[in-house]
Formats: sequence, structure tokens, C-alpha cells
Amino acid sequence: MTGQLQIDRLSLVFRTRHGAVRALEDVSLSIERGEILGVVGESGSGKSVLAYAVIGLQDPAAEVLGGRILFGGLDMLAASEQARADVRGRELAMIFQSPRTALNPIRKVGRQIEDILRQHANVSSGELRRHAINALARVRIPDPERRYHAYPFELSGGMCQRVMIAMALACSPFLLIADEPTTGLDVTTQAVIMDLIRDLSRSARMSTLLITHDLGLAGEYCDRIAVMHAGHVVEVASVEKLLDHPAHPYTQQLLGATPTPQSTIEGLTAIPGQLPDLRHDLPACRFSARCARRVAACEERPLPWVSIGPDHLVRCQVPL
Amino acid sequence: MRAAALARNVGHAFGENRLTLAAVAILIVLLTCAGFGHALAPYDPLTTDGAAKLLPPNAAHPFGTDALGRDILSRVIVAARLDIGMAISAVLLSFAAGLALGAAAGYFGGWTDRIIGRLMDTIMAFPLFVLAMGIVAALGNSVLNIILATMIINLPFYCRFARGEVNVRRELGYVEAARMGGNRAVPVLIRHIIPNILPPMMVQASLNMGWAILNAAGLSFIGLGVRPPTPEWGIMVSEGASYIISGEWWTFVFPGAALVLAVFCFNLLGDGLRDLLDPRRRI
Amino acid sequence: MKPPLLEARGLSKHYPVGNRRRRAMLHAVDEVDLVIGRGECVGLVGESGCGKSTLVRLLARLIDPTAGTIVLDGADTTAVSQSRFVGMPDRARIQVVFQDPTESLNPAFRVFKAIADPLLQLLGLRDRPKLAARVHRAADLVGLPRELLTRYPHQLSGGQRARVGIARAIAVEPSLLILDEPTSALDVSVQAVILHLLADLRAALGMSYLFVSHDLNVVRLLCSRIVVMYLGRVVETAPTDVLFTAPRHPYTQALISAIPDPARRGEQRPRLDGSPRSPVDPDPKTCRFHGRCPIGTDRCTGAMPALRPFGEAHFTACHFA
Repeated sequence: MTGQLQIDRLSLVFRTRHGAVRALEDVSLSIERGEILGVVGESGSGKSVLAYAVIGLQDPAAEVLGGRILFGGLDMLAASEQARADVRGRELAMIFQSPRTALNPIRKVGRQIEDILRQHANVSSGELRRHAINALARVRIPDPERRYHAYPFELSGGMCQRVMIAMALACSPFLLIADEPTTGLDVTTQAVIMDLIRDLSRSARMSTLLITHDLGLAGEYCDRIAVMHAGHVVEVASVEKLLDHPAHPYTQQLLGATPTPQSTIEGLTAIPGQLPDLRHDLPACRFSARCARRVAACEERPLPWVSIGPDHLVRCQVPL
Repeated sequence: MRAAALARNVGHAFGENRLTLAAVAILIVLLTCAGFGHALAPYDPLTTDGAAKLLPPNAAHPFGTDALGRDILSRVIVAARLDIGMAISAVLLSFAAGLALGAAAGYFGGWTDRIIGRLMDTIMAFPLFVLAMGIVAALGNSVLNIILATMIINLPFYCRFARGEVNVRRELGYVEAARMGGNRAVPVLIRHIIPNILPPMMVQASLNMGWAILNAAGLSFIGLGVRPPTPEWGIMVSEGASYIISGEWWTFVFPGAALVLAVFCFNLLGDGLRDLLDPRRRI
Repeated sequence: MKPPLLEARGLSKHYPVGNRRRRAMLHAVDEVDLVIGRGECVGLVGESGCGKSTLVRLLARLIDPTAGTIVLDGADTTAVSQSRFVGMPDRARIQVVFQDPTESLNPAFRVFKAIADPLLQLLGLRDRPKLAARVHRAADLVGLPRELLTRYPHQLSGGQRARVGIARAIAVEPSLLILDEPTSALDVSVQAVILHLLADLRAALGMSYLFVSHDLNVVRLLCSRIVVMYLGRVVETAPTDVLFTAPRHPYTQALISAIPDPARRGEQRPRLDGSPRSPVDPDPKTCRFHGRCPIGTDRCTGAMPALRPFGEAHFTACHFA
């Protein structure tokens, strides 16, 4: 069975003045219809690069070395720019980390939603306004008729993010990519926004790719989690398995380093070492230099995908 | 070790930008002329020769001679000291005064900012060249007054630049940290903020230098400032201008070219300096 | 009993806003009382715009309060203006570790100079060998390799910069270290290292901490008591475990229930919706939380609730707690 979105062995480098940065290597992921998949990693892990590669808005310095991104049967990397632009906005939508900068500051938010509807949905011009207000109401913005006339600067950060979500969802996309949607928002607002994303994807059978650095957040809201480290997806599993029985040493250490409502300072463990420099020659397993379980087999290429149970894959020679 | 690092930085900046290297070469030529002009010039720049009036460029006079038979090459070389000297002095003065005023306005804000701001607005309200003309006309034709006039019309430029740069840094973490570390207002400005705004200021100064040269030469061109027969590029262009119609092109082209070259050189240097002084690129 | 290390009473900071025709006051911090004991680690939490940063700057004496006093070790530090306070010996007794380790280091200063600057300015340590010894000791305490002392900040990693910021603050041996979101710019793996370092330093040097953070999971780890602020006022303060298990203020309850917790996934929890009231010229008789509060009655608009005791070291400002 193929998922809504299927990423097959995607490798991507950035050509810079200081050498090629191997930002993604052999990344494979798939999302089912109506599923929330979390992509978790620290900065430099390549999680945002992955999101931008999926929507096809990557940096001009980026070069795809291999692999495929299939979205509803369309090969996103081979498709024409026109075909991709058609898909973006209608079937595939994205929300960003800083909602305020992603909105046009001199246009009313209602108008901005209408722009999207006019471009991508078959809505008659007389109906535009009603649809836009409905979209605002759907993201639980109180008093949507009045907010329709608001400019972005008149709204709080949380409200702006709701407007962004309203815009993203205006055309009922099949897939929503949320890149750190609540970073910079207060914890109470974060909870409201995440509840909203979860409820909307459940009710509309929409798939969601949630990019976050917060394993706790992903743990509460996602169905499955993919953990990334230095451009590799090191482990993919359902939330329960990943949190309770992590198989990759990095996942285990990331869990140990993430404070939860139950952890103590004594129980909090640091991850030794640093991310490898992605410009240099890298070992088969990019975590091996930081790993206490390293064995000779870790040098062997290619790095295998080990299945350690239904729907639980790990890229490690000696999984836990 | 520091010298080696500096050399690496310089090499890096030049390696990336060949134009900067060209600008430095021109600067060396200009500064040599300014420093040793009299020794380098083949003729005395003031000696007239009735037998050699308006000679086109030839082996004896590569740039030709002017209406009084003076060697144009010698005059162009000797003039470098005055033109570049005036521009450098004016830019240094407005740099220092603009930095002090702008830094105070940006850091203290309030009344200090308002008074300094209005003062600069007043200067900016005049067409700058006309203001310079007025200052020199009022104070008298002298090198010192040209420098003063050029300094005053450049002042708002540096002052506003410094104010903006200080203003954005005033609230930065490292400035608050410096205050936590016992630095009073003036040490915060001098030790912590100003060293960080010097690099962009110096880039601006270098870019502004060409303009200062043109301004000083321009004042002389219209007859305010240095008087003949002193060799000065502006006067030479002005004197040569009367021969445009009769075709003695060398009388104004060579001093004009010297001006263009000097302006071009400082503009290129500004770009090169930007790369060189960026602390993030220090090795 | 010895007096507490720091005692702030009725601390307020109001900023003028608006134009000449309509003058108004923004109440960034309003009548805050705060006590920090010797060797105690107090957490300060609240959402952005609640006045945490202003309170930090007031306590650190970077800005002057509109009203109120800050007594440090029996001496009133608010007796002089902040510009005079800069030159006083007490300046060294409160230090701050700033939020963004990159922004809080002078890009033109090498690490050595960054750590040495407060020693020079505050303690007047002109003697070069003694200065170097103090800088080295601070670097050793925070686990900063000495060869990094000759580097510029941009040559360091995020975690190393965070260590430099801490070393600079502890070099003058303060009695109170204010940590203003010290790990919010760091990745979790580095955050864990820095949190351990902070815990060890406090044990080794006997400092008091005021730990400011928006992340309750992080605050919990180090602090024995937590102060919750909402819109410029303290709404609740309690020992950490009490605050997490039995919060009494509805805002604190919402805050605790908003912490992402995989253990409670799928649970529908009460959420706090709406936006906060305006901090400009707030009604002195209305509870600041009114309008967002799930309780919200006429009583809340008739009188501002004061902090009332509920058990040991537990105070809540709510009529219905």
C-alpha cells in the first residue's frame, strides 16, 4: 500500500563555497492518509530541508542526488514547475515557524485567505467572503466576521498562526506540512494550536507532517515519529514503541536529554559529542562517532534498515 | 601570531576580489604622488615656459603643457598632495565628530538625540554644495576653510550612520552584559559599542572619500578655494575647460582622469574594506 | 533567623505610551513582591509579555523601578539610581546570564577579555597574573577548555558560548545569579549539559538562582519554588511539587495542563483560549486574568485579588482558589 506521501531514498546536497553539505542522505518516509507523522531532530539534522524538498521550494544551492518524492502518485521531483505549483496550495499546504512574517503585513487577513481561494479553489467571487469567514471560524478564531478585517499586526502571534492554518486549510489539502508551528508561541497557545491541528487532521482525514525539535510535543500529538540525526532518518516507529522501546542509541539519548514532567535533574542525560560536519567525508553511520555501542560493522556501507517489529524501522547495526 | 592572522585576512580579502587589489595599487600610486610629488615630478609645476605653450602630449611632456607652458604631468602629480590631503583631513574630522555626536544621540536618546538630530536636519536642509560654497565664501578662500566646509557637509552622513548603528546595538545582550559588568555609559560606548560599529563606519568613510575629493575639487573649480597657480585638479580642469572648443583636450582630460581615478579607487577600497573588517570573517 | 538574600517589595515598572493627546501607562510589572533565600533556587514562569524580562532587568538594576524597593542582604539597592549603582561594590553581587548566548557576547572581544571585563570593571583587578588566574578559574568551573580563551565568539559552538556567558557572570562571585531563559536558544542535548552545569555550580559556589523560563519542564528540574506571573503580577507562588500537583490559580492550572506530555496523549484537557487583557492603563479593580479565566464572576471585576496563603510557602491571588 502506498501512502499519501512517499519519500524514497532521497539524497540532497547543498553546494556552497566551502564544499558540498550532505544535508539529506537516503531518507525514506511515508505518511498514510489521516496520519500525523512527527519528524524530530536537533538543529542541523535536516528536518526543515526535508520539508522544503517535499513542497519543492528549496534553496537554489540545493541539488537532489537521488531518490523520489511521490505525492498522490505525482513524482514531485520530476514534475514540471507548473504541475508542482498546482499541487502546492491546493493539495499540499505548509505552515511556517514565524506566522507574522509569512503574512502580508499590509493586507487584511480575510483578503489573504480569499487570494488563496481564488487561485486554487473553484469559488465564485460572490462566495469568497463567506468561505473566508468560514475558514477563520474553522480554526476557532472568535468573532471571525470582525477578524476578517484585521491586519496581521493587530493579531497576537497565536492568532496569526491560526490565520496561517486557516489559509493552509482553505482548500482542504491532503497533506499539511507544519514546520515548527508553535516555536515562539506560549505554552498555553501552543497547546491550543496543536489541539487544532490534531482535530482538523482527524476530522478531514488530512495527513500532517509535523517538523519539531520537541520530542515531548511530537509524543503527545503524533501517530508515528521519525527521528533525524545529521541528515539521516535513524528511526521510524509508532509513538508508543519509539518512546517506550527506542531502538536507536540516538533516540534513546535524545529521550534521556528531553525534560518531561516526570524527569529529574539526576535522570537527565546529555548526549556526548557533536553533530558531525556535513561537509566532510562521513562514516556510514553518522552517529557512530558519538555512539557507545559502536562496533566494526558500523563502518560497513550501506547502512541497513533493520526492521525490529511491525512498523518499527531503525538504521543501526546494533539496535537496542 | 596576530600578524600572521592579519596577513591571512588581507590575503583572503584580496584573493576574493581582484578589484580591491587594483584599488590598493592605485592608492599606493596616489599616496606616493602625495608624499613625494615634488621629487617625482619631471618639471617644476609652477615654472612657465612661453616657448612651450599648449603642446600636445609628446616624449618630453607626456601629458602635454598648458597655456602658460607648464608641464601638466608634473602639475597632476604635485596636486595629489593637496587634493587627497584635503579630502582625508575633512573625512577624518567629520568621521570623528559624526561618530561622537551620533553615538551620543543613539545611546542616550531623549533630548540629546533631539538636539543633535535637529542640528543635522538643518545642515541637510541646504543643497550641500551650495552650503559648502557659502561657508567658504563667508570664511574666506583657504585650504583650511575648504576642509572645514567639506567636513560640515559630510557631518550629518556620519552622524546618522553612527546613531543608527548605536541604536540597534544599545539593547543587545552584550551591551546589557557590559552594564552588568560594571561599565558606565561612556565606557560601554567606547569599549563595547564603538569597536563594533567602526568597521561599517570605515567602509562608509572610504566610500565617502571619493565624494569629499570631488567636493574639494569642485569648490576650486568654481573659483572658491585654492587659487591659481597652485596645482590642484579642480583648478586645472577649470582652466582647461576653456580649451574644450579649440581642441586642446589634454589640458582638462588628464587632471580630470586623476580625479576619476582617485574617486574610483576609494569606492573600490570601501567594498574591499567591508570584507576585510567584518569580524565574523576574522580568522 | 537571617534575613533573606533578596527582598523586593511593591516593585512596579510603568512605561509611558501613546501620544501627547492621550497619555497612557503600560504596566509592565505591577506591585511584585519577591523573596529569594540564601542558596535558594526560585523559578519564574509566565507567557511572553507577562513582565518576566522587565522584572529581571529591575532586579538586576539595569532599569529603575517606578515604585518599590529591592533590598539585597539588608541594603536597599534602590536608594540610588541605576546609573550610580553601576559603580558600586554591590553591583557584582547580582549577575545575569542572558538568554541568547550569541547576542550577549561582544563579537569584538575574545573569550578571555569577555570574562575578564567584569573583573576589571567591578573588582578593579588590574594585576595581570591575578586577573588571568580568576579568568582561568571561572573557565575551569564552567568546563571551558583554556585554549578557547583566545577565540572569538563566532568561532565557538552554541554550547561553548553558553558556557562563556555563565563564566562571565560567575567570575565576580555573585550571591544571586539571574538566569534569563539560559537554555532556550540551545538544542536539547546541549541544554541537558548546561542544566547539569548550573546545578553543579550552585552546589559548589552556594549561589542563589532566579531561573526564568517559559519551559516548565526545565524550571522544575532546578528550582525548589516557582513564581508564576501573569500580565505584570504574581498570581501564584508555591514549592515546585505543590505547584505541579495542586495548582490553585486557574492560570497556573492551564499552564500546567498545557505542558506536552506523551503520557497523557489523546486526553482532552482544558485549554486556555483568548488573548490577555491590555497592559495599558489596566483597571486596578479587575483581576488581570478576567476574560480568559474559566471562572470569571462579578467579584473578579470588583476587587483585585491579593496573594493569600494556602499552606506553607504557597500563595495564590484568586478569589476562588
